[in-house]
Amino acid sequence: MISSLKTYETVTTEKVKVWFKAAPTSRFPKNGGACIKYKDKQIAVFNFAREGRWYACQNLCPHKMEMVLSRGIIGEENMEPKVACPLHKNTFSLKNGNHLNGDLEAIATYPVKVEDDIVYVGFSE
Amino acid sequence: MKTIIVVGNGMVGYKFCEKLVSREEGKQFKLLVFGEEPRAAYDRVHLSEYFENQDAKALELAPLTWYAENNIDLIVNERVTDIHRSKKSITTASDQEFFYDHLVLATGSVPFVPPINGVEKEGVFVYRTIEDLESMLSYAEKIKKENKIGKAAILGGGLLGLEAGKAVMDMGLEPHVVEYAPKLMPRQLDSRSSNVLKLTLESTGMNIHLGKATNKILGNGSITGLDFGEDDMLNVDMLVISAGIRPRDELGKTCNLEMGVRGGIVVDDKMRTSDPNIYAIGEVALYNQMIYGLVAPGYEMAEVAVNQILQKEVLMQQHIDMSTKLKLIGVDVASFGIPYMPADKGLSIIYENKTKGVYKRINVSHDGKTLLGGIMVGDAEDYSILHQMYLNNIPLPENAEELIVGARGEGGSPFGSAMDLPDDAVICSCEAVTKGAICCSVLEDGNETVKAVAKATKATSGCGGCKPMVADLVKESLKTLGKTVKERICEHFDFSRQELFDIVKLRGIKDYYELLDAVGTGHGCEVCKPTIAAIFASLHNETANRQETIQDTNDRFLANIQRNGTYSVVPRVAGGEITPKQLIAIGSIAQKFDLYTKITGGQRIDMFGAKLHELPLIWEALIKEGFETGQAYGKSLRTVKSCVGSTWCRYGMDESVSFAVEIENRYKGIRSPHKFKGGVSGCIRECAEARGKDFGFIAVEGGWNVYVGGNGGASPKHAELLAEKVDKATAIKYVDRFIMYYIKTAQPLQRTAPWLEKLEGGITYLQNVVINDSLGIADELDQEMQALVDSYKCEWKEAVETPEIRERYTHFVNSDETDSNIEFVALREQKMPKEWA
Repeated sequence: MISSLKTYETVTTEKVKVWFKAAPTSRFPKNGGACIKYKDKQIAVFNFAREGRWYACQNLCPHKMEMVLSRGIIGEENMEPKVACPLHKNTFSLKNGNHLNGDLEAIATYPVKVEDDIVYVGFSE
Repeated sequence: MKTIIVVGNGMVGYKFCEKLVSREEGKQFKLLVFGEEPRAAYDRVHLSEYFENQDAKALELAPLTWYAENNIDLIVNERVTDIHRSKKSITTASDQEFFYDHLVLATGSVPFVPPINGVEKEGVFVYRTIEDLESMLSYAEKIKKENKIGKAAILGGGLLGLEAGKAVMDMGLEPHVVEYAPKLMPRQLDSRSSNVLKLTLESTGMNIHLGKATNKILGNGSITGLDFGEDDMLNVDMLVISAGIRPRDELGKTCNLEMGVRGGIVVDDKMRTSDPNIYAIGEVALYNQMIYGLVAPGYEMAEVAVNQILQKEVLMQQHIDMSTKLKLIGVDVASFGIPYMPADKGLSIIYENKTKGVYKRINVSHDGKTLLGGIMVGDAEDYSILHQMYLNNIPLPENAEELIVGARGEGGSPFGSAMDLPDDAVICSCEAVTKGAICCSVLEDGNETVKAVAKATKATSGCGGCKPMVADLVKESLKTLGKTVKERICEHFDFSRQELFDIVKLRGIKDYYELLDAVGTGHGCEVCKPTIAAIFASLHNETANRQETIQDTNDRFLANIQRNGTYSVVPRVAGGEITPKQLIAIGSIAQKFDLYTKITGGQRIDMFGAKLHELPLIWEALIKEGFETGQAYGKSLRTVKSCVGSTWCRYGMDESVSFAVEIENRYKGIRSPHKFKGGVSGCIRECAEARGKDFGFIAVEGGWNVYVGGNGGASPKHAELLAEKVDKATAIKYVDRFIMYYIKTAQPLQRTAPWLEKLEGGITYLQNVVINDSLGIADELDQEMQALVDSYKCEWKEAVETPEIRERYTHFVNSDETDSNIEFVALREQKMPKEWA
């Protein structure tokens, strides 16, 4: 299972090689998330409509290794956007993936862009 | 400019620097500090935390930049080898010479290694520095590679030994604590408390061997076991020695300072050695013929030395308090004053409860007026206040036993309030912060939170044991200012749940973001969103389907999320009454979708292992068979459990099943601060366990008895009698009002039992509200409840019939594939989620 963590590594905008066409914006609930599949990866994509921003991170919660983060409630702590895992309420920054209420390993985050109502997620491979 | 040289950069050496530079007069000195370890001072007390995160930075007392900012020259990785008293200089291992005006020795101690045959073998460690831990860690890795379960022994069952035991347990080795004395922590505990602690620690997987003298360490080159003599042996792969400390006093010896017979540099109450220009503080100093291995006295010595150098007349106290409180592997252990003593000195009051792993002992003077000391294991919540009573000689209450078993009768704490302590009572003994300083920080400096007070006074920043008392003092001080500590649900709303409930009702707000913009700030979080969702549901009976992203996952997908991210499905079976046809329908649907089935504690059937995309399909099938949702996922009515009652039972006084079906259908779907359950029993034999529920009815001669506020769960509580021998309609009316009143006034996630406990006036007050209408709100409560009952709809029917809602039930939005991460294994002809790795 630890190996599955390693499949997720943060991608910054500069490192993007592929902008993967994920789904139309309408498939992502406002101020909530949904999960997309890219190769063997599960990526949680969040439509943070309050901020007018989109975020993406691994769907895998590093606490108990379950594919659930896209179903978590999003929000903010001192204006740091975050997602709360639906299983045990561990919260992670959507900006840098850091675990905000404990010291689990940070989760991987990915850049998102929206063009013509289509959501794209950036990957380095 | 005069120079102070500090030898040793441990916790006490660091504290000396901190105290010196915080004083204006301290700036006239040049401060030169030598540390032998490769890093700057760190928190040795919390060393075992290093195993959890292996983050040396987190243990640091101050970053290197702090030393630079305060003009302190810190030289690490350099040992001081000689003191030349006549020249007032020191030389280091690299043969450099430095001159001082004042020399402070804070060299601390080294672990004592008893002269046992074989201590030189590979795999034998001491437990003192981060480097010790690192070498233990790499050795443990080596063992684990060789055989699956490595064993490690810890020699010494004192405080540090048990900490070391926790450390090797965290490394994945089987821990064995070996102690020479017949009890654990022999300095702090008596034999009975040691037994209680032993039992609790053993239940966490720690092995404890008492009364064992280790004769020999076995092994050829590296350790393979311990020999206790008489053919008694223990095979281990590693040994950690934690058999006490010895002062690091070589420097004092070689320059002929006055030494103790068994080591330690002799100091007076000014912390001065036999050379007036040389001070010794911390574990190297022998004061009153004693070495003090605790942080608090070390810090006090640092304070005295600083004052002496600055020519202020501050002296070390004659009597040094050795009280301690700590958490060992999750178990509270504390001792203060004289922990145990012969009966001619005083009398003891002892409370022991092995089922809960709790032991408390207080020692009281013969006249019963003074507290002399005590021990607490398993529950040290009252340590701070007892410790204060001991330190300040506060007269004991008439029934001193109430201090450890709690006060009998109504209200009131035997301790009185923390505010009754004198102003000079030391609340935080690590940092020597008095009650006066804490209250002053609130009253005069305007600090209104524990966090702010901690920052300003440093209280709670050491061991943290004083936190509850500091919190009390802050709260009480604020009260005297006419301010109350506000209960707010989270950073986004400056209101309690009850206040928000009223705001939502009065303004008729139905949308979360509308409420956030109207009375909140920011974008919300996982605390306020579901809380407010529940308020909307309680007020408007809105299902979770409309604002799905503010719901907890169970409400959002109308199912209970389980261990592997799959969900469980529970249709309503009101009162536990189900027809053979319905049983067959559930059976065939569960079979079709390959679900694990189990009868729940609430007399219905739970189907586990449904993947997200299967939920609408399963519910479509269930609804077709006439089922509706059981709201097992919601903070709402779960079930009303019933016995068979007078319809079948020869003892039954009334029809409990019919009543249960009726009442479950009445309250189904109602959202509340937490889940709630009911029960109906047909006679006082109480087969439905109605008194263990949030509300319960029991048939008696002449009507129904109504009970409220019961709970199973983590702290079981019997429901209390609300009304006696009333008819069914009255019984329902009272429970309607009770539930509605609870919904309106409880905290988020507060069940009815703790709610009733906190309700001022308790059950009598509640009876006045719901029976005598003392608040004049009975009509309103009745109407609100009736509105909820009338607006019920099955939210799963709504979800299945609405395409936009159905669309949410897919694992990926860009693929029809399902989650390949979900794996099941077989279990007794059914299945279960694969174990967590």
